[in-house]
Amino acid sequence: MELILHQVLAGLATGAIYACLALAVVMIYQAIDGFNFAQGEMAMFSTFIAWQLIQWGVPYWAAFFATLVVSFMAGIIIERALFAPIHNAPVLSHVVVFIAMFAILNSLAGFIWDYNVKTFPTPFGSRPLLGNGLISSHDGGMIGVTVIMLVLLYLFFRHTRIGLAMRAAAANPESARLAGIRVAWMIALGWGMAAGIGAVAGMLIAPVVFLEPNMMASVLLYGFAAAVLGGLTSPGGAVLGGFIVGVIENLAGTIPYVGGELKLTIALVIIVAVLVVRPGGLLGQRIVNRV
Amino acid sequence: MKQDLADKLAVGTTRDQRLGARALFLLSLVVIVGLPFVAKNFLIFQITMAVIYAIAILGLNLLTGFNGQFSLGHSAFFAIGAYTAAILMEHADVAYYWTVPVAGLICLITGFAFGLPALRLEGIYLALATFALAYAMPQLLKWTPLEPWTGGVQGVVIIKPDAPFGLPLNPDQWLYFFTVAIAAVMYLCAVNLVRSRTGRALVAIRDNPIAASAMGINTALYKSLTFGVSALYTGVAGALGAIAVQFVAPDSFTFGLSINLFVGLVVGGVGSIPGTLVGGLFILFVPNVAEEISKGLAGAVGGIILIAVIYLMPTGAAGLVRLIASRFARVIGVLIKPGSQR
Repeated sequence: MELILHQVLAGLATGAIYACLALAVVMIYQAIDGFNFAQGEMAMFSTFIAWQLIQWGVPYWAAFFATLVVSFMAGIIIERALFAPIHNAPVLSHVVVFIAMFAILNSLAGFIWDYNVKTFPTPFGSRPLLGNGLISSHDGGMIGVTVIMLVLLYLFFRHTRIGLAMRAAAANPESARLAGIRVAWMIALGWGMAAGIGAVAGMLIAPVVFLEPNMMASVLLYGFAAAVLGGLTSPGGAVLGGFIVGVIENLAGTIPYVGGELKLTIALVIIVAVLVVRPGGLLGQRIVNRV
Repeated sequence: MKQDLADKLAVGTTRDQRLGARALFLLSLVVIVGLPFVAKNFLIFQITMAVIYAIAILGLNLLTGFNGQFSLGHSAFFAIGAYTAAILMEHADVAYYWTVPVAGLICLITGFAFGLPALRLEGIYLALATFALAYAMPQLLKWTPLEPWTGGVQGVVIIKPDAPFGLPLNPDQWLYFFTVAIAAVMYLCAVNLVRSRTGRALVAIRDNPIAASAMGINTALYKSLTFGVSALYTGVAGALGAIAVQFVAPDSFTFGLSINLFVGLVVGGVGSIPGTLVGGLFILFVPNVAEEISKGLAGAVGGIILIAVIYLMPTGAAGLVRLIASRFARVIGVLIKPGSQR
């Protein structure tokens, strides 16, 4: 019982990170109907920027927010420079550019910061939390930061003009444009926010998986699994999906030969199973094609 | 008027052009046969690998270029082909030439099985599922219960085959001819497939799935089959690759290989069969050049080239050749009959 409780709590902690990444994936999916295969590499690159700032002596939280701003700007620039020109191009072009971004960011990070594994500091310490050490204080911090960010995002999308405009632009670009919303800029803003959310996820998970150019591989796969499970049209679903796949991953980790060694295969199985059994996900809308 | 020259070269409408086409064919045949006798062994090996990659890219092109489905997971099928060959040779003492068709068959079956849900995994979802497959494959190959066969992280070492019948060829030269012969058969099959009724069905599904199914094409079956055939091509390439490199290990078949195949596909030209050869040569030689400039930059160079191709030359190398040919034809037309500008 103790073991299961421990795994569930640890699962919620990593699930918080998957939830962040799934949220970023869903935001970009809403904007351009495609999967950002480079989401993990963008987050990794942001994390390297934060690491570099900390190495230069910047205090943790200053580096954290500076990275957030840089990532936000970079997300907007990437959208404007790379994706806006091919907005109406076939899906193949989108996939190609995502793959290109993946290759460029991954190899550039290796080129600038080399492939040696680096440690990344945590502001929460790694003391055991909750007395008997069920989860560490860093795990608690991950959950805390994620929840704060989600609440802020919820308030933003519900109660601000610009949040409403972004939702309108995603739901019905044509009508939104007629109502005077600058849809193209809303999409760019969505990209910026997705990049920022990804950066938070990267900086929070880096103390656990350690910093190196390929650190986000399994995180991104679980992020995709979470987004698909929760429903690609539903940000709330993506968050829920994140926590669920985090728990599934940790519970599967107790099965001998499977959990530790086949982590990525579990993500693959979740993705394929959801797409086959319930393509709309838990909370997403089912997309029906009219003929 | 765009394809004029290219078409005439292929079909040969006048006697002169037929002669020209035949001369070109003979010339390339001489180059292909003569090459291993003048080149160094390492270059022969590299060309062999380029042809092997070209077969894999051809498989990817049948799927993406002619059927409009995406796969980021073809490194996984390359791996299955390679491991099939290696395990059969190492543990069952099967002759290397039998491992190639077996690898193709196994990939056909796994590809078909993975493609079956493809009727639900439309377009971008299939890309996602195959993306996950590419990441899962190296882990599966390292899996402890499979270690007696796969050799775990260590992989499997294979012995390079000698030329049969006492032919005066060294192993590199023999493997080159072996690969080129198989490639020739595979390309012939692909060309015939694309020109057949089935090929037209594939293209119809790509261009308009609803209209295709209204015309009585079983979209789900054809899509799964295409995925299977595409995997077969890549599996054959994987088996040949294993024999040529004499070694398989899980980390040779990462997502990076999928990216490379994808780069080859896009650079050669999506939907062009001859373009796959350009793609094969490209992904073999360009990363080497990039790595000489700086290690770790190879990926970035590949990525930048991908973006450049998509923005500047969406039809790839094949499109470029067509463009130059049509410009060339126009210039000649103007020279012969001044004033008759078309």
